[in-house]
Amino acid sequence: MKYLDEFRDGKAARKLSAEIKSVVTKPWQIMEICGGQTHSILKYSIEEFLPEEINLIHGPGCPVCVTPLELIDKAIAIAQREDVIFTSFGDMLRVPGSKHDLLSVKAKGGNVKMVYSPLDAVKIAENNPEKNIVFFAVGFETTAPANAMSVIEAKRRGIKNYSILCSHVLVPPAIEALLSSKNNNIQGFLAAGHVCTVMGYNEYFSIAEKYNVPIVVTGFEPIDILQGILLTVKQLESGKAEVQNQYSRVVTKEGNVAAQKLLEEVFERTDRKWRGIGNIPASGFKLKDEYSDYDAEKIFKVENIETEESPLCIAGEVLQGIKKPIECSAFGKECTPERPLGAPMVSTEGACAAYFHYGKKERNVIASEAKQS
Amino acid sequence: MCLAVPGKIVSIDESNPDLKMAKVNFGGVSKDVCIQWLDDVNIGDYVLVHVGFALNKVDEKDAEETLRILREMGDIEEENS
Amino acid sequence: MKQKDEIDFSSGLSCPIPKSDYENVLLAHGGGGTLSHQLISKLFFSQFDNEFLNEQHDSAVFNIDKSRLAFTTDSYVVQPIFFPGGNIGELAVNGTVNDLVVAGAKPIYISVGFIIEEGLPIDDLWKIVLSMKEAARKSGVKIVTGDTKVVDKGKGDKIFINTSGIGVIKEGINISPRRCMAGDKIILSGRIADHGIAIMSAREGLEFETGIVSDTAPLNELFYCIEKFGDKIHVMRDPTRGGLASSLNEIAEIANVGMLIEEEKIPILDEVKGACEILGLDPLYIANEGKMIAIVANEIADDVFKEWRKTGLGKEAVIIGEVTSENPGTVVMKTTIGSKRIVDMISGEQLPRIC
Repeated sequence: MKYLDEFRDGKAARKLSAEIKSVVTKPWQIMEICGGQTHSILKYSIEEFLPEEINLIHGPGCPVCVTPLELIDKAIAIAQREDVIFTSFGDMLRVPGSKHDLLSVKAKGGNVKMVYSPLDAVKIAENNPEKNIVFFAVGFETTAPANAMSVIEAKRRGIKNYSILCSHVLVPPAIEALLSSKNNNIQGFLAAGHVCTVMGYNEYFSIAEKYNVPIVVTGFEPIDILQGILLTVKQLESGKAEVQNQYSRVVTKEGNVAAQKLLEEVFERTDRKWRGIGNIPASGFKLKDEYSDYDAEKIFKVENIETEESPLCIAGEVLQGIKKPIECSAFGKECTPERPLGAPMVSTEGACAAYFHYGKKERNVIASEAKQS
Repeated sequence: MCLAVPGKIVSIDESNPDLKMAKVNFGGVSKDVCIQWLDDVNIGDYVLVHVGFALNKVDEKDAEETLRILREMGDIEEENS
Repeated sequence: MKQKDEIDFSSGLSCPIPKSDYENVLLAHGGGGTLSHQLISKLFFSQFDNEFLNEQHDSAVFNIDKSRLAFTTDSYVVQPIFFPGGNIGELAVNGTVNDLVVAGAKPIYISVGFIIEEGLPIDDLWKIVLSMKEAARKSGVKIVTGDTKVVDKGKGDKIFINTSGIGVIKEGINISPRRCMAGDKIILSGRIADHGIAIMSAREGLEFETGIVSDTAPLNELFYCIEKFGDKIHVMRDPTRGGLASSLNEIAEIANVGMLIEEEKIPILDEVKGACEILGLDPLYIANEGKMIAIVANEIADDVFKEWRKTGLGKEAVIIGEVTSENPGTVVMKTTIGSKRIVDMISGEQLPRIC
């Protein structure tokens, strides 16, 4: 496939690997923000191509993982209602709430439907006027415009039985929160390429300067990630702290202005609780008052939901990059993809699930074996 | 996060000015995609698609340039390693 | 009147899947991955325990008088019941035929059980029956017995079909996952994931225009052309639900061997690849209904490959890897960029993702 296959080329990967190895002189901690990047790093065993000095920390860029427990419990409460068809991207269906997940609601007879696009949810609303259709609007800035568009479309078509349960989170505030935390040991960032396709990367200059960290906007294919790492390491080795754009084939500095305007029309910034991290000011989106007719939280009045996080789950430390999944005492034992205790084990790009799935369990650490050979 | 895939525009439907759509081809599979946020889109352009929306056009010149740099890169290192 | 023996559930037969884990059966329990295995081994195998079941192959193999027979059963609940390239009827016949074929048997007789939802158009049922007739003819089996039930509207999802089958295994054939050993070669008959993607393309909410059709087919010819190699054929498997990855993992675990496969060698249609990319799915875990894996002794691998290439079904056959003694129970794959990663067993259903 064009513009994918070329960035999965083995020869280029080896060249970039050699270049990284020739440049690096000391250890560096680099965080990749986006769960999709984590997924790719593990799927292609990127660490096999890196020298020992480079430690990749997997960041909280998994909107599924950071969706607060209360919101999942609210989603489940709404989905259990007889008059509701609850629609969602596939990602959210297996995330555990306090007691259940959406798939088990489906198992008990709840009307839960998976969709590919929020516009599909609007179509379902149009075709089922006697039901209330709720769409679980999760995601970073990449997905927010699509979710906003669904609300605009519903309004335009006069569809009154559509609403969204909104759980949007924003990347730059999260980066700031990580960098300003006293536990921080991140020295460079690979910024989320698709978030920046929408938002551009103007927001990162002040962060790079304030915290003296290089930030490289990076894509998702193995070549993109290796190139992003190379650019970051080069900066670190020469003491620079600039913003660079590796993913220039789709990312521009300004981003997609039309999509951004849509966000301003429909959403406003709000404080958001990130599961495992805590409250980050102005780090999320909520619907503006003019659109409260489309706000499922207001319509269904799902307050007073009690939540209990598992005491064993160290999702917070994993999401902040402080611990690796294999350092969790429950990893692979009490907590597995079949029986996840926290969101990073459920979402396929959550760090814990990715580690489990691509084999960083104790019994097999192929990457380190390969490095030694 | 944010699974977005590049695909080629094979037809455009601007019959609804508030919801411009295009048929986008991904290696032989076609999906209807909303192109409302893009200006100056033509058949044959490559766009990056996420949840049924085109986020941006793929800058083909830039892509080719990146690949050219990679191709020319480090042949000496490769021979030595 | 004599009291019928009652099962005393209080006598210490506690359910091995603790209630705190799963109060109810989930869809994932039918997905072919780890949860399915858990349900099957902890609930069914543990109670129905016997030497035939413990082989854990698709068919039970046993002797009756001088004949060695294979016996299998499968149920078909696919939605939609008509999909690009086929329907539930031919799937039901081919699926059971194939379970017999991969046991090394010549399929002879099939039974069919229909559970039909009230309201199914007779025309649909007729089309399904005609497809089953044709599938039976193609695979050389007779449908010799059956049953029909109709359930209330809303209780049956249009139609469910169960097929059971019997086949005869010739002397010299000895198929079992336990025969798999280091040095064996793994041969795949053709491209993967066609069926699963064809189904998905027809499912509500995930529609996309594509020419992909299900690969449902009886696999007899793939076995008959290599039967002459006798017991040098160690394992055969049709990678249905759970895909190539699940089948290989199952075999690796039972045989306690490692496997090393090459991603580049695994054939996949461009359109199928495209669909997988859009939906964020890994083709290794997607169902196939007309493909076979054969794990054979190294010395006959090239010959098996050549025989398959001569057939219609195996014209894209590839040797994708080999069985190793490293990392027993684990399937390792060399990726397209040259690194190695583990191809694990999937835990439940693979769901499309946006993240």
